[in-house]
Amino acid sequence: MQQAVTADTAPPRGRSSPGDAIFATTVRASGLFVLGLLGAIIVVLAIGGMKAFRAFGPGFLISTDWDPVQMVYGAAVPIFGTVVTSVLALLMAVPLAFGIAFYLTELAPMWFRRPVSTAIELLAAIPSIVYGMWGFFVIVPIMAQYVEPFFIDNLSDLPVIGFLFDGAPFGTGILTAALILAVMVIPFIAATMRDVFETVPAVYKESAYGLGCTTWEVVRSIVLPYTRTSVVGGIMLGLGRALGETMAVTFVIGNTNRISYSLFGPGNTIASLVALEFPESQSGSLKLSSLLALGFILFVISFIVLAVSRFLLRPRLKT
Amino acid sequence: MSATTAGSVPGPAKNLRASRALGRRRYLVNTIAKALSTLATFIGLAFLASILFTLVSRGIGGLSLTVFTTSTLPPGSNGGLLNAIIGSLIQTVLGAAIGTPIGLMVGTYLSEYGQGSVVANAVRFVSDVLLSAPSILIGLFIYQLAVAPFGGFSGIAGCLALAVLVIPIVVRTTEDMLRLIPVTLREAVVGLGAPKWKMIVLVCYRAARQGIATGILLAVARIAGETAPLLFTSLGNLNWSLSLDKPMASLPVTIYQYAGSAFDDWVQLAWVGALLITFGVLAINIAARLLLRGAK
Repeated sequence: MQQAVTADTAPPRGRSSPGDAIFATTVRASGLFVLGLLGAIIVVLAIGGMKAFRAFGPGFLISTDWDPVQMVYGAAVPIFGTVVTSVLALLMAVPLAFGIAFYLTELAPMWFRRPVSTAIELLAAIPSIVYGMWGFFVIVPIMAQYVEPFFIDNLSDLPVIGFLFDGAPFGTGILTAALILAVMVIPFIAATMRDVFETVPAVYKESAYGLGCTTWEVVRSIVLPYTRTSVVGGIMLGLGRALGETMAVTFVIGNTNRISYSLFGPGNTIASLVALEFPESQSGSLKLSSLLALGFILFVISFIVLAVSRFLLRPRLKT
Repeated sequence: MSATTAGSVPGPAKNLRASRALGRRRYLVNTIAKALSTLATFIGLAFLASILFTLVSRGIGGLSLTVFTTSTLPPGSNGGLLNAIIGSLIQTVLGAAIGTPIGLMVGTYLSEYGQGSVVANAVRFVSDVLLSAPSILIGLFIYQLAVAPFGGFSGIAGCLALAVLVIPIVVRTTEDMLRLIPVTLREAVVGLGAPKWKMIVLVCYRAARQGIATGILLAVARIAGETAPLLFTSLGNLNWSLSLDKPMASLPVTIYQYAGSAFDDWVQLAWVGALLITFGVLAINIAARLLLRGAK
């Protein structure tokens, strides 16, 4: 992008127009406003959560209690749930998203690419609440009737990993939440992968084809190594999205403050706990402060993940 | 891996049988990979189709004029969604109206003033992080700033939360679109003696207007379906209210309250609301894409 560089030094004027000074100050101030906004979010959440951090100390992070009667609150269960559902969601979403990106960049006929790309991207536009309803009314019954009984019958007796498939087939739970999250983050990961796959210089791929490589070998040995950093960045972007997802998870996760080692067990996430418990928290109460402290923790986690994602993606997608 | 193995195994001249086996294996792996990736695409499309089909099949039956002419009523009394629809429109429009100018200014800063500066890179980074930050936290943030100190949930707090979500979307598209404007156009304007701000406002904005409008449309589509930030700010209101200083109904929050209820007619209305909001949001999204295609 050469032009913007020249634009910065553009007006070769003897006297500067007063309009210029006003305009430049306004846009610079808006830039600083955005910086201040992020700072304000962090500070406001930290101050709000201060009471809880003071009351429970570092133990807040590892305590599994959430007892409004005893006024004892801990963050371990929702942090566990947030991380586990998001990582499981990625395990399902990444292969699918890679397949979609592979199909869209190498296999699909030209006329078919744009409509399919658009359709996949539209998955990202569907409101979270609609995913929640779809998950609760469509996916949960399927999980309860077919998927979970199948796993429980066939896999729960396995040594070592059998505990993952223990429990009753309620349909709701960690695996269902992860599945819905996977569908929600597929468009973000697939779109990033598609965009970076398209940045691979044609001459590299043509050279490989010229040596007799198959399409898969070209993707496996040329495209993926060339775009590896950005692909990881896209996956981190999906992770960042999954961590903070609220409404869809609230509908299907079962909302129980207990660490369950079974995939079918109920649980909660930071976002779902905040959404559900918030209406029952008095302003200024220790409970509200604990929720804000959870919000602060979630913000820190997503900030780190998104920062890493951006760091990895920047060299490829930014010109 | 596979590409390099071709050099390390005996070539056709040395071992015909081995090379045939290798060829067959490579062909098979290629076919399987292609088949799986096609399958993945169709699974993705099937998810979209399943969601849309569910919405239509469950929502269309409850769609009637009453939905648009009656406010939310207690279960069993044939209520509608009028207050929720109006509340959503007000909050979405106001949220976009507050967030868009700020986003536009920041995008302008990044593209026209901040080349290579450390501050501008930080602003771009922060804006990108805010773009994907959990919206529920924006709700908590505005709750602490604009609800708790003033002692009550309010429509205007909802607007503010949505405005925060709008800013990074508009920043991103504005910056990208302004960068597409050819340098010759800028030089022509400056050559006529126009100051820089006139070049930006009168020429660059005009040249990039379709792209900028796309960003605003995408932002509107995003915030129209947001539930989590509104739970803590405008809260939702089952009565008719247009005052910005009182709790205000919105379609997503009403859907959330109704979908989880035990009353069949409320659940039915939730599906109608979900149908309306999804197709509204998807229509805006597709319109934005068509506009962008025209712009490029």
